[in-house]
Amino acid sequence: MSPREVFALRDYLGPEPTGRAISDARQLVSLTDILLKTCLADRLGELSGRSVLMAITDQLLSGLAMTEIDGVARRMLLCPPDLNADHLQTLIEDAGIDAVVTDHPERWAGAAIDLVVTAGAPSPAAATAKTERPTEWLMLTSGTSGVPKIVRHTLEGLTGAIVADVPARSGAAVWATFYDIRRYGGLQIFLRAIIGGGSMVLSQPGEPIGDHVGRLRARGVTHISGTPSHWRKLLMSGSASGFAPRYVRLSGEIADQAVLDGLSRAFPEASIGHAYASTEAGVGFAVNDGLAGFPATLIGTNRDGVEMEVKDGSLRIRSTRTAHAYVGRNAADLAGSDGFIDTGDMVEKRGDRYYFVGRRGGIINIGGLKVHPEEIEAVINRHAEVRMSRARSRRSPITGAIVVADVILADADSSGRSNEIREQILADCRASLASYKVPAVIKFVSSLDITAAGKLARHDA
Amino acid sequence: MRQIAEEQKVTLPPLDDNLSLHETGFDSLGFAILVARLEDDLGVDPFTISEDAAFPLTIGDFIGAYENVPA
Repeated sequence: MSPREVFALRDYLGPEPTGRAISDARQLVSLTDILLKTCLADRLGELSGRSVLMAITDQLLSGLAMTEIDGVARRMLLCPPDLNADHLQTLIEDAGIDAVVTDHPERWAGAAIDLVVTAGAPSPAAATAKTERPTEWLMLTSGTSGVPKIVRHTLEGLTGAIVADVPARSGAAVWATFYDIRRYGGLQIFLRAIIGGGSMVLSQPGEPIGDHVGRLRARGVTHISGTPSHWRKLLMSGSASGFAPRYVRLSGEIADQAVLDGLSRAFPEASIGHAYASTEAGVGFAVNDGLAGFPATLIGTNRDGVEMEVKDGSLRIRSTRTAHAYVGRNAADLAGSDGFIDTGDMVEKRGDRYYFVGRRGGIINIGGLKVHPEEIEAVINRHAEVRMSRARSRRSPITGAIVVADVILADADSSGRSNEIREQILADCRASLASYKVPAVIKFVSSLDITAAGKLARHDA
Repeated sequence: MRQIAEEQKVTLPPLDDNLSLHETGFDSLGFAILVARLEDDLGVDPFTISEDAAFPLTIGDFIGAYENVPA
């Protein structure tokens, strides 16, 4: 085997193209001269070969530190901001952490980790950093209760989809995402900005949506990504006008036809695509035809070397972009013996397309008959006056469970007609769903919980 | 009950206390919906509150279950 050239994020940063920047609501940092700076006070060399916990609260500083440390440390563990502190010790042990990079060094004063490096605003560096090795990227799975699993990626795998992705290559893109970049969905966008020669506009926790959109407009964002729940929230806010991105991307949840159509109306000039990706399976594919689901022709081996198959209704993926392994003492095998990762995302073929119907574990059981809540939501969301909905299980003394639905109306002013709209929704459901899938009760609500990962909260799932 | 019957496309016979629930044409899903909506309107579900509540056989039993809920 010939030695392969090791590449790292610093290879995509430099004086050209000019005008690149990364920003949040409080500051803007130029990327043009970032290789001449350090946010680790010239202590990068101490992290050489180390297993580094990235315990940086500030998202922007986190992003800068990733670009500096990649190619030097043995591995870095990215922590999303909502990580439960109770899980930290287990994660440190499982990942073999022997160094911490943090913007709060005082919190690590008594810790057993002997090397604590403080991260701060970039300042001129004494020497330019050299790439030494391919750094392992450790990420945490989202959406599970208990201690999150650690998933090991390489930069090459993480960026496999980016090279193949046409929108990512368009010049001078200004990327934004509603996700935090320390999650898989957000990191994909951050890496697109870095590798594609573009700029990045970060989300800011607690920022009102109107202010956020104003900032996206002011920074000239051209490419933007979020979950369908993020996008419904933006559409509901009424602040989309005046914002004209060229590329709008959805991922992380099922993109139903209603949200795709809503985005086409709000952003008539934009290309609208939905991507399938997970922390474990990496990016599977992106669909840019404006239709829900994906063409059945994607099953099999596609030209980027991603193989997909459907087994027992679940989508399975094998490619070089999937994570390499779970990390830790009790880590299960990530992929089956055939190298395929079972995503647990259930699909159904209708005509020449596959449609996502829900999660394997999220099924509601009504007297022995099973239904995915997402299937019901997709029908409810088709109603023109509905912005979003959540179907859930409610216990029943008769059938064990029944389906109930919480619905947010697109226009709060139409709440006076809620009985009429309820009847219309029920008629739609009866027309396209088996009777046991039709919600027994429809309740109109003003909001639905969204998790820190940007997905509709399913407490009962 | 009439509203749910209409939604479920069930033709209800004349309702009286002695009519058996089976004869109403409601299936278990119809009753599950009825119990859920009554719970939303009345705030009680007599079949869940009491572990040993006998499952009602007639309309009269069904109404009685609601009348006998401890206040």
